[in-house]
Amino acid sequence: MLDGKIVELGSVDPTRTVLQYLREDIGQMGTKEGCAEGDCGACTVAMAEVDATAKHLQVRAINSCIQFLPTLDGKELITVESLRGPDGGLHPVQQAMVDRHGSQCGFCTPGFIMSLFALFKNNASPSRREIDDALAGNLCRCAAYRSIIEAANTMGSDYGERQRAGGWLLEPHAANARAGSDEKSRVDLLNSLKSDHTLAVESHHRKFFAPQCSDEMANLLHEYPAATILAGGTDVGLRVTKQHQELEVVIYTGRVSELRAQAVSDSQLEIGAAVPLSDAMQLIIEYFPTLEELFLRFASPPIRNAATLGGNIANGSPIGDSMPVLLVLDTSLVLRKDDGRRTLALSDFYIDYQQTALQPGEFVEKILIPLPVDGAHVESYKVSKRFDQDISAVCGAYQLLLDGGNVADIKIAYGGMAAMCKRAEQCEKTLRGKPWNEALLDEAMNALDRDFTPLSDMRSTAEYRQRICRNLLQRFYLDTTGAGDERLYSYGR
Amino acid sequence: MDASGKRTAPRSGIVGAVGSAIPHESSEKHVSGEAIYTDDIPEPKGLLHLAVGMSSKAHARISSIDLSAVRAAPGVIDVMIADDIPGDNNYGPVIADDPVLAPGLVQYAGQAVFAVAAITVEQARKAAQLGLIEYEELEPILDARKALAAGSFVLPSASIKRGDSTAAIASAAHRLKGSVSVGGQDHFYLEGQIAMALPAEDGDLFVYSSTQHPGEIQQLVAAAIGRQSKDVVVECRRMGGAFGGKESQPALIACIAGLMAQKTGRPCKLRLDRDDDMIMTGKRHDFEIDYDVGFTDNGRIEGIEFMFASRCGMSADLSGAINDRTMFHCDNAYFLENVTIVSHRCKTNTVSNTAFRGFGGPQGMFGIECVVDDIARHLGKDPLDVRRENFYGIGERDTTHYLQTVDDNVIHEIVDELEKSSDYRRRVDEIRQFNQAHELLKRGIALTPVKFGISFTATHLNQAGALLHIYADGTVHLNHGGTEMGQGLFTKVAQVVAEELQIDIDRIKITASDTSKVPNASATAASSGSDLNGKAAQAAARTIRNRLLKFAAAHYAVAEDEVVFENNEVQIGDQRVPFEKLVHQAWFARISLSATGFYSTPQINYDRSTFSGRPFFYYAYGAAVAEVIIDTLTGEHRLLRVDILHDCGKSLNPAIDMGQIEGGFIQGVGWLTSEELWWNAAGELKTHAPSTYKIPTCSDLPVDFRVRLLESTANREDTIHRSKAVGEPPLMLSLSVFCAIRDAVASVGGNNRVPGLQAPATPESVLNAISEQQAAS
Repeated sequence: MLDGKIVELGSVDPTRTVLQYLREDIGQMGTKEGCAEGDCGACTVAMAEVDATAKHLQVRAINSCIQFLPTLDGKELITVESLRGPDGGLHPVQQAMVDRHGSQCGFCTPGFIMSLFALFKNNASPSRREIDDALAGNLCRCAAYRSIIEAANTMGSDYGERQRAGGWLLEPHAANARAGSDEKSRVDLLNSLKSDHTLAVESHHRKFFAPQCSDEMANLLHEYPAATILAGGTDVGLRVTKQHQELEVVIYTGRVSELRAQAVSDSQLEIGAAVPLSDAMQLIIEYFPTLEELFLRFASPPIRNAATLGGNIANGSPIGDSMPVLLVLDTSLVLRKDDGRRTLALSDFYIDYQQTALQPGEFVEKILIPLPVDGAHVESYKVSKRFDQDISAVCGAYQLLLDGGNVADIKIAYGGMAAMCKRAEQCEKTLRGKPWNEALLDEAMNALDRDFTPLSDMRSTAEYRQRICRNLLQRFYLDTTGAGDERLYSYGR
Repeated sequence: MDASGKRTAPRSGIVGAVGSAIPHESSEKHVSGEAIYTDDIPEPKGLLHLAVGMSSKAHARISSIDLSAVRAAPGVIDVMIADDIPGDNNYGPVIADDPVLAPGLVQYAGQAVFAVAAITVEQARKAAQLGLIEYEELEPILDARKALAAGSFVLPSASIKRGDSTAAIASAAHRLKGSVSVGGQDHFYLEGQIAMALPAEDGDLFVYSSTQHPGEIQQLVAAAIGRQSKDVVVECRRMGGAFGGKESQPALIACIAGLMAQKTGRPCKLRLDRDDDMIMTGKRHDFEIDYDVGFTDNGRIEGIEFMFASRCGMSADLSGAINDRTMFHCDNAYFLENVTIVSHRCKTNTVSNTAFRGFGGPQGMFGIECVVDDIARHLGKDPLDVRRENFYGIGERDTTHYLQTVDDNVIHEIVDELEKSSDYRRRVDEIRQFNQAHELLKRGIALTPVKFGISFTATHLNQAGALLHIYADGTVHLNHGGTEMGQGLFTKVAQVVAEELQIDIDRIKITASDTSKVPNASATAASSGSDLNGKAAQAAARTIRNRLLKFAAAHYAVAEDEVVFENNEVQIGDQRVPFEKLVHQAWFARISLSATGFYSTPQINYDRSTFSGRPFFYYAYGAAVAEVIIDTLTGEHRLLRVDILHDCGKSLNPAIDMGQIEGGFIQGVGWLTSEELWWNAAGELKTHAPSTYKIPTCSDLPVDFRVRLLESTANREDTIHRSKAVGEPPLMLSLSVFCAIRDAVASVGGNNRVPGLQAPATPESVLNAISEQQAAS
């Protein structure tokens, strides 16, 4: 659905991106390409889908440059060209950006507008921190950020009259439930598009499947064991836009109901592999509040809205930010192949650089995270050149259980220190059963040198990684003893 | 004026008067996605898309090129190598040492070797991966120090000497020697490099180019296709950011598009992918700087010697003028009585570095700011006191090392006011206390000045033209040689014309830069856009206005001084006539309603052979106080508070000037902190995308950001409405952030040891500097 109308596409290359469709196929040039890898935000669009209540629309910003077109089946695509009101006037978000001088060269502006629009539909009076987070995926090289923040501060409040006449697109979050809104007709339209069948697209010598349930997913993978499994596409998309790979068979996890489900049992969080990171993180933070900063610094909202926890795990990157903390939380995975399922500890899942224990035709169905242990300290810290939306040089995670003053149990894991994210076994061994004090800390820090032999690359030298690995353990020690200073990230905010 | 842009009362009643904070002329189009950038122009029938095959080696002879697989790839229409170029195989703007396509020798990893034309972008890019190039590898030189050792230069070294620095250093009470490095910077304009060339009759070309310098594109494309300037027209309505990166670099893109359009007879578009753009195009020069300084007990510099070595890359490009500007600006706001400056322009097997906001000035100012900081630490003084001790005087100690008198010095006034309004002294004490009380987090503060010379140092470039038409309905077509890259030039020039004609700005159509309307325009660069083009457009408007005035006096039989243009009307004797009515009458009376305007900057004269004279029409000034906090466990930092006071003269548009100040400052902060360019041992750039190259984002803005324009200081020189240039100077306000990080680092060692912090101050760089302090204390 685009601009409130259903658009049916007959023959479309399944790996065509939404951005290519907009710019090259239908000539809507408002959405821009800045990097074609989801890191600059010039291509940001909004996607609306019917939420769990089946009555309302949920709006999320996504990067159109790496989103494959068939993944939008049954959803509404909203672009910068969609926003003008029925009177032809600017949307409150657009007007606020004009009034506050939020554009200079203007090339990033449509992307900012769409991120602000998604914010406006979810939270019309955001705090500075919420604004920073909502815009973490939008780069403005003219650096008109102060004006843009001011625009974000006023977009929900200053344009009342026009909003009331403008319908759902122009209504800020707070007014969502009001009568007279055309939200219902949009919801009805989207509901009418619902289907119980696997979406199958075959075109341009490619096959694309979007199964609806795990059984179908297993069947498809049985038939096409070499298929590319597509989740959020925030990595697979780059294989097409940057490496120019030809993906022959793509199986999309985003409609598999079991993979989209989250649940909390007596003992664990159960997160479907295709749950968007933004939802998965929200659930995890609810149970592990100390992880909020890590997740705020993890990618950007458009990426977190598309990417999935399962994708982050199955990708097997040595620098993924979710893995260290999931490792120390004793996470396990439910893997499925055909009719068989097995549960594997995450620590056994990684074999080597970008190699996992997944067999051909097997997929991650669920991620199981044990509920917090009473009295346990859990922390994860990342270090990168930029605070927001950067890949870690090093990411460390820790779970400590003290018994009196002694270490009853400790789990430590690092990303960026080896060919894969892994536990610091030597270091853990040094600490277990011993008194948790500074003398022991020194010994444990030395043990880390035996656990890891990091590499030098564009993110940092090996020497820096080694030092940071030790220093983050020190930070954890200080945080558990209450001697740690305030966090830099929130200092003064 | 406050941060929201509400200050100066407009000087007249019209909409868009000079001095009014109106929005950018394209702001409604920006926010609605309706602004048309080069890639948004409707594509002509038969358009071919191009891609470039690049060298994988930093330094090698090409022994063979096999493009058979490229030709055979789906959708491919044609390929092109150096031998196919009918004219000059060069896009170098000053010296012809920049081949469009490598002619047998490749000099950096990423250099263009061949081009391919295909039906779609994807086909072209896929095909470009299929070229088989065999190399005979040569030893590459990858950094400035190695080039220096090898005597590898793109241009001869240069020096400026005043007084006897050696004797002054030797006899001074104190002496310090040091070395600092400062990294380069990618422009990261959000709109990548792009050009579209359309064949026209007679074998001519029409070229759309995202460029700051359409006139140069015209010359270089014409020369490459073996034709002359009259055969090529270049147009650019707007760029999605440029920052100097679209001064000389777009010529490579436009030449390839133009050559392929000529070869195939079809329209051709080359839009670089972001990674290719970052690999193939030049950046800000990184510098190695050595200094030797002698000074008094108060920190006054008695003698100083500087050695600057910049990595220019494989060709000269604009490196001559850039490094000259480093030499001019290594005084910043300080009087250097006995000084020797040596500048080496190092040739390396890396992409040719180029113009970037500040044009070498920032690196020179980086050098001197580190020196005064080091002097202060050495003496145990507050760096601000040492800075003040060295400021240019007023009426004394006011001659630069290139013998220009600094006769418009407002730095004392700015710094005094900022010191007070930012509560600098109290915060210094507070920070000391904080640092004593905290083991892991340390705060730092610094106040740094900016004095930046305005004019192209190549005197002949300080000229501009404009073309103005008034149509019979009273509406106006405005054109000038400047280009719009987001800096608001088109808005400001339109305000100047609106003011001159006394009509609302919405009667004026702002049009694309076009080489067929205004010839021989200089690049929109050196912060001079509104100074030059504003004056040229004003001259054109004045010419027509004078014709209208004379006509009105004759037609209505009044004296000329009884004709006054005011607020969309013309007072003629005791009648008020709508502007459009007078225009219509003038047209009917066969009065010419079209005029050109021309401007050349007065007073400047400068002799490159002796590095002396008056290269700059005037100076722009400003100062900033930055406060940071660092984490001594990781080396990460956050920007807590920044106060800026900046001199824009009488601002043409305070809202736009505020945007330039804030944006320039933040861009400078990126250069000095998070933006790190990293090449591997083979000379391949590995930070070539936003995933690996980190420019500032929203949360990097200071928690507390207070920016003000210096109140009502008219430019002493007769610039356009007494305003001052604002494009580049604010970038260097970011030196305050680097110095504040140095201050925080120095606190680890007790505030009296020179912090060996190298730029960019990445977490790793900061942690290294902290370790040095810890080891020494």
